[in-house]
Amino acid sequence: MTTFTPTTSAEMLEAVRWAAGEGEPIEVVGHGSKRGIGRPVQTEHVIDCSGLAGVTLYEPEELVLSARAGTPVAEIERLLAEKNQEFAFEPMDYGPLLGGEPGRGTIGGLLAANLAGPRRLKAGAARDHILGIQAVSGRGEAFKSGGRVVKNVTGYDLSKVMAGSWGTLAVLTDVTFKVLPRSETETTMALRGLTEEQAIAAMAAAMGSSAEVSAAAHLPETVTGKVLDGALSGRASTLLRLEGFGPSVTYRTEMLKTLFSMLEIDTIDEAASRSLWRQVRDVVPFADGTGKPVWRVSMAPSEGHRMVMALRMQAAVDAYYDWQGGLIWLRMESDSEADTLRALVRRHGGGHATLVRASLAERAAVPVFEPQPAALAALSARLKTEFDPKAILNPGRMVASHGGGVAASHATGG
Amino acid sequence: MTGLAMPKPDAATLSRRAEIVADMKIIVPGEGVVDAVNGMRAFESDGLTAYRQLPLVVVLPETTAQVARILKYCNDRNIRVVPRGSGTSLSGGALPLEDAVLLVMSRFNRILDIDYANRTVTAQPGVTNLGITHAVEQEGFYYAPDPSSQIACSIGGNVAENSGGVHCLKYGLTANNVLGIEMVLMDGQVLRLGGKHLDAEGYDLLGVMTGSEGLLGVVTEVTVRILKRPEAARALLIGFPSSEEAGQCVADIIGAGIIPGGMEMMDGPAIRAAEDFVHAGYPLDVEALLIVELDGPGPEIDHLIGQVEAIAARNGSTACRISTSEEERLVFWAGRKAAFPAVGRISPDYYCMDGTIPRKELPKVLAGMRAMSARYGLGVANVFHAGDGNLHPLILYDANEPGELEKAEAFGSDILRLCVEVGGVLTGEHGVGVEKRDLMGTMFTDDDLDHQMRVKCAFDPNHLLNPGKVFPQLRRCAEMGRMHVHRGQMPFPDIPRF
Repeated sequence: MTTFTPTTSAEMLEAVRWAAGEGEPIEVVGHGSKRGIGRPVQTEHVIDCSGLAGVTLYEPEELVLSARAGTPVAEIERLLAEKNQEFAFEPMDYGPLLGGEPGRGTIGGLLAANLAGPRRLKAGAARDHILGIQAVSGRGEAFKSGGRVVKNVTGYDLSKVMAGSWGTLAVLTDVTFKVLPRSETETTMALRGLTEEQAIAAMAAAMGSSAEVSAAAHLPETVTGKVLDGALSGRASTLLRLEGFGPSVTYRTEMLKTLFSMLEIDTIDEAASRSLWRQVRDVVPFADGTGKPVWRVSMAPSEGHRMVMALRMQAAVDAYYDWQGGLIWLRMESDSEADTLRALVRRHGGGHATLVRASLAERAAVPVFEPQPAALAALSARLKTEFDPKAILNPGRMVASHGGGVAASHATGG
Repeated sequence: MTGLAMPKPDAATLSRRAEIVADMKIIVPGEGVVDAVNGMRAFESDGLTAYRQLPLVVVLPETTAQVARILKYCNDRNIRVVPRGSGTSLSGGALPLEDAVLLVMSRFNRILDIDYANRTVTAQPGVTNLGITHAVEQEGFYYAPDPSSQIACSIGGNVAENSGGVHCLKYGLTANNVLGIEMVLMDGQVLRLGGKHLDAEGYDLLGVMTGSEGLLGVVTEVTVRILKRPEAARALLIGFPSSEEAGQCVADIIGAGIIPGGMEMMDGPAIRAAEDFVHAGYPLDVEALLIVELDGPGPEIDHLIGQVEAIAARNGSTACRISTSEEERLVFWAGRKAAFPAVGRISPDYYCMDGTIPRKELPKVLAGMRAMSARYGLGVANVFHAGDGNLHPLILYDANEPGELEKAEAFGSDILRLCVEVGGVLTGEHGVGVEKRDLMGTMFTDDDLDHQMRVKCAFDPNHLLNPGKVFPQLRRCAEMGRMHVHRGQMPFPDIPRF
């Protein structure tokens, strides 16, 4: 067991080049805060990227920040906050859900997991804010893509290919992100007591209005008491967030009050609103200290609750909705019910389900990431082979056949 | 046309032209095949008209199944294919090849689904960018990316080029507004990436398809996000004695936490050409003009407009007008939107460049351009997407003067090299195509380009789709370390290198 701890890009290149040359599989980790997501990776060697750290460029007026891939996200967010800026995609923190500490995670891991948050509909995910990368592919070659400017169509966008690749194509060494001003203030309106179907319709109406709602979530009755220390207990809460300059937020609050004048509305002030959305973002309602399976499901916003309704007929499940209903967090009582769930997702217009929390045994047995149709799976496999022909990087983490797994490592002698 | 090396035509394909045309007529019956020279003339170039080439044959399929059959047919027979949308590319992305089937997607012109609850439109790729907005505007919605050619350019072409527009600082590029596509690989396989849901279940192949310039696959259906029209929009027209002050004003607006819907800058020559043409009331005694457009709820605009005005004054603005009506706002924009044809009036020809730079480098880059202008003896006018640093220098020349086109192209290359030198890139929104292909080496190392090419190898290992574009040198996939050995033989050992 070797743990490589490169502190420079050159050392990173050297480590990966060695592994590529020897065909030795390696696990790529930053802080390890999302290590529990994906199929278990069993390798002799580990590359710990957390020593490759530091912000290398931050120009607030240019809305750009570059950092070494191992830089803590928390450190970057503090730096941005000093200039009243932020990552507009509101990257979530998996720590609480996975039983780890909050506030961990590196910027490289953030991109590799394509993190997002409640503002996903309005502002996108990490993929939408990454401007450029430098990395070392599984071939042991350093390469770069993109740059430091927002508008750039020079060559293929390999930065986006890195987003959500979970360290299986290349090891990131440097990343450059677009950053944006933080909103001056925010407020949240909670529509109370709606059924899921009513809530989905209300969120669609709000997001389709000119009130510029920046987040829309629905917490059913079983979940709503688990945020803000129980302040919203009792009846289901449909949450609509307004952000921006003070006079604008005030005006748009009135706009929504008019739109939903028939409903009971609680208004949540700025400080509580910020905590609330952090809890919604970080799946705090299901951060219960257990290992019960948790799914992250992405579907068309209008279809998610129908899938959940059908699922409830077949399995014990607790659910809540973000992204206007398009992001469904599901906590299963016992088994992950992967096949049942995925069949229902397909039946309700498609999308994908990722098993973000589960026991080691379950993650080895059940495809953690949504299996793809054959032609698409073959294309993804070809891309993997082009970037990592010997399958040395996080083998099998996303797809069993992309290297790794017990059988494969035996066959190749590890 | 100047010395642009394209892949050597394949003699075997050229000699089988009659057979290929006949087979295309079987796959696409009716009017879908154009093989007469007169008919093909209409397709011999795209928006980069300096380059022209008749294709082998023009095929206009109507269904995904036909696209799949055409591509598989060509893949099996080692025939090249150049895809084309509306043909508005400014970088030669749809330039035909003598030995290639030109696959024209313009008959894919239907809107398939409008979904207000999920705020999506699904359209065939030949629908124009503006056509999507037209389909939903009666309900108060629109599609945000607005390239200047939006009346003509197709949504499929927008995906291929990752098109931008004047509003992309606030609303993003095509890549940020496309949710899903149906596409056909060169081997005829049909894939769906994304849909009405967000993000990919695996690798972000939709992300890499967007902006891949027709080299990875042919898009046959597109699902995009639509947005509610902002309640209101107002614009400020601000004049400055120099680009330095205008640039600092832009930085200070953003520094104050304000992200305008649009922020455009023009330099002296562009201001004067535009004013002469459309009489928008632009001040003529300034060297830099900013149009700052604020959009959103009325009270928000009222709140911010005074702040922007104050920031401009602090930076030494010598003229500042604020639109008081929708008509006036449109007049402010009229000059900017007519900047290209306006420059066309003061020069027999112009060559439009498209670099992006860190905004703070604008004064340095403008000064560099003035020096180059003197050295080459050619004028230059600048329009600039100031919010995101995307620069469009228009080089003035006369194609009838021997040597001037070559001079203009050399001038353009020098500008792009300068953009890269100050931390910018070769192209912000027009694409590499053939135009900037040979400059890729100024921005990328061989290893960088090889990793891009490896994506190509995963999608189109035989390099049959749109060859000669984007990459300065086609390297065989096998050569880069991946061997396609079948029965002891490497397939296609005769692919030319250039």
